[in-house]
Order: sequence, then C-alpha cells, then structure tokens
Amino acid sequence: MSGYVYYPGCSLKGNAKHYEESILPVFKEIDLPLEELEDWNCCGATAYFSVDDSMAAAICGRNFSLAEKLEKDIIAPCAGCFLTLKKSKKFLAGGSEKARKILAALDKARCGYGGKVDVKHPLQILVQEEMLEKIKARVTRPLTGLRVACYYGCQLVRPFTDFDDPDYPMSLDKLMAAIGAEPVDYSAKTRCCGGSLTGTIEEVGIRLNYILLKEAKKREADVVATICPLCQFNLEILQDKMVKKYKDDVTIPILYFSQLIGLAMGIPKEDLGFSRSIIDLKPMWAKIANGGQR
Amino acid sequence: MKIQRKVKYEEELDRTFSEVIKTMSGDNELDHCIQCGTCSSSCPMAVYMDYPPRKIIALVKNGFKDEALRSFTIWLCPSCYTCQVRCPAKIKITDVMYALKRLAIQEKVYPSRFAIPVLDREMSKMIAENGRNSELWVVLKLYLKSRKPMGLLKMAPMGLKLMKTGRMSLKKESIKDKKQLRTLLKALKEEA
Repeated sequence: MSGYVYYPGCSLKGNAKHYEESILPVFKEIDLPLEELEDWNCCGATAYFSVDDSMAAAICGRNFSLAEKLEKDIIAPCAGCFLTLKKSKKFLAGGSEKARKILAALDKARCGYGGKVDVKHPLQILVQEEMLEKIKARVTRPLTGLRVACYYGCQLVRPFTDFDDPDYPMSLDKLMAAIGAEPVDYSAKTRCCGGSLTGTIEEVGIRLNYILLKEAKKREADVVATICPLCQFNLEILQDKMVKKYKDDVTIPILYFSQLIGLAMGIPKEDLGFSRSIIDLKPMWAKIANGGQR
Repeated sequence: MKIQRKVKYEEELDRTFSEVIKTMSGDNELDHCIQCGTCSSSCPMAVYMDYPPRKIIALVKNGFKDEALRSFTIWLCPSCYTCQVRCPAKIKITDVMYALKRLAIQEKVYPSRFAIPVLDREMSKMIAENGRNSELWVVLKLYLKSRKPMGLLKMAPMGLKLMKTGRMSLKKESIKDKKQLRTLLKALKEEA
C-alpha cells in the first residue's frame, strides 16, 4: 500500500472536532496531506464486539475494502478505532471458520477484502525518525518550559502495540520534547480512564479520572496531552465534579497532542480548535508567552 | 436468615463451559492459569467488581457458568487489556470477558436495565442500521432504555458545555450506501 487515507470515526466528527481540526493541518505541514475515506462506517468500538463479533469484524472489513480499492493504509486517530480495526484485521486474517464466513459475506456484499490494508495511529507516523526531524525543522514557536503529562490511555498501546511499550510508552514524550515542551515523568500514562463507563456509571468514571489528574498535578504538569477522543472527553468533562467531590483543585487543560504540535509549528491557534476547550486555557497561554515562567 | 449451601456439587457444574469460552474467545491458554492474581492487581476496575478477573478465570475454568455469566465484572471490564498483556500464562483475559458478555447477551442473563449492556446493544443496533454512531442519539437511547430518564437531567450541564464549544451535533449520522450494509448483514446471517 502506498500512502494513507484518513479514517475519522464518529468522535472526530462529533465531540472531538478539535482533534480533526488539528491533526489535518499538522499532517499537511509535514507533506502528508490526508484525504478522508469516502463513505466510511463506524468501527463499532468496544460495543459491537460485546454483542456480535462476526458483525463487528465484518463492518470493519467494509472499511478495509474501501481503503484497499484506493491502495492505501488507514490512519485512525481515535485509539478506539485503531484498536478495533487492528483487532478485526487480525480476526479476519486468522483463518478460522468464522473469518472465512465473514470474508465470504463481504464478497457477497461487494466489499471484498484481500487482507492488504494496514492500520496506523498518527502518533506512530509522527515519531518515525524522518518525521521527527521534519517536525523539528518546522517548529517556529517552541513550547519552551511547558510541562506536559503525556497520556496514552489503554487502547493505543495494548494489546497490539508494535511501536511502543504497553506499560510505559515514550513515543509521545519524545514528540513533545521535539517541539520544545517538557514531558513530565507521568506514571499513570497508560492507566485506563474507564472509557464509556463515564456515561454509564458516572461515579466510577469520576474516580478513575481523578486518579489520573491528581498524578498529573503532582508532577506539576501544565497540561495533559491526549491521543484518544474518549480519554480527552473523560478527563476534561468531569473536572468540575472531581473538584467538588474530592475538594482538590485538579483543574488542568486536556488537549490533543496534535493541537500542541500545530501550535509549535506556528499554525495560528484559531485554526487548531483551541476554542473548543471546556477548561480555561489562559494560564497555559501565559506560561507559553513567558517561555515557561509562570 | 435463610440458610444456603455455599459450595457447589460436582454435578452442578457445567464441564463444557470452559471449552465454549475458549472457542468463543480464541483463547487456548485458559487451563494454564496459576491463579497468581496479576490480572486482579492490574485491573483499574477490580475494586468495583463482584469477582475480580482472577476469580472469573477460575470460575470459567471450573465450570461455574451461572456465576460467571451473571457477574457484574464482565460488564465493568473497560477493555483496557492491562491484564491481558501482563498475564504470565498469556491468557487472553480481555477477550474472555468479551466472550462472556456475548454469551450473557445470547442467553439473556445479563443484568436488565444495567446501563453498560444497554449501551453496547443500542450502539450496535444504530451502527447496523445507519453505518454510523451519533453520539447524542446513542446517549438518549441509553437513558430511555435503561429507564433512567432522570439521568438525562443530570447530564444537561455536560450537554450545555459541549453545545457552547460546538462539540454536540443534533444530526443523525449515516453512511450513503446503507444498502450494502444490509446486504452484508444478510449475507452474514446466511453464512452462519
């Protein structure tokens, strides 16, 4: 496969618009402009595999078929999509009786899939040596002194990690250092945010996310950088409830890593979706303006 | 106080259960569990579970079908795969949890109106129908179907914040080629 096609998934068209708004200009800036996969369907996330694994893998197969026709690999910025697509790819390549049936059904529906498409996360593209060099060369406004807690969450690094460690990954830390920021030693970086539990059992969601933010605060981070829409949403939307419940001011901006990269590259901040932040960004802007001094 | 027997007799166990789950989950290592507890100590949700992951594996391995399928544990698993990557016996614990969820739905023994299986089912239905998930609509369905309409009121401030930042859409998303999706579903049923 030559080149990539962009698979947004539901979140980047919904509550994570600012992820799309920042990842596309960043990829353009490094000469890898991304086109959206025409008529993509939802990956099914953790839900579909909990209900019907054949159908779950089949709907992912339809996306693969669309990408295969373009002879492109898929870039999935949402960690949920990334994992679900990877899992389905493995499932379909497994040679089981079930997989054979799904492939046959895909053929019948005229979206046959030959197993060639690979799935990548933007982070894994951006940390490749040559891309890292390119990013460094494009940095016009290094985020000097900005202390970043790099939060990877679960589904990007587990269980299909082939570019980083499942427990203590460093690729995002490397990327943040490349744009002049200061990654903090964040021990909770792959602890789960609870995913959709925030919507189903809120008090559990509040607790899990409080643990994550408390650790970021303890490490004196100014901002948390995320790579997944669900993590971003959970960490941000529950903050006022955490403050109230635990009487502990864990307020901190939760941004997409691509917003910070775009900012360092000199893309105007108005074009990177910063206005979609629910948390006040003024302290962060002040710190950036002062080159890391509060 | 009602006196209840706390131990099951051999004949009350389902000895085929572990084989069923192995096939459904694609895991072949289940029998190699040494009950070390790495999974339970790694699990961010274990403190909320009726049976932590280590016990679930023991239940499955030994044929305690009812206990495993009716547990809250399987629905609380957020699918973070920490247990799975750390398991020294290489048991695909998260995939076992998924298999248990599917079987519980098939056999209709999941806790009714419990929000998590409701969400899983509603979201899957929406995707099968439209090819896409619409965040707002799936949340609405979740509260209606789990019969907690008051929950929606509690969600209102959250919705307001998303609305203010342009992150909530009222649109029902859909793919263009819904016909293909229907054909795929039908073909899959015929194959099965």
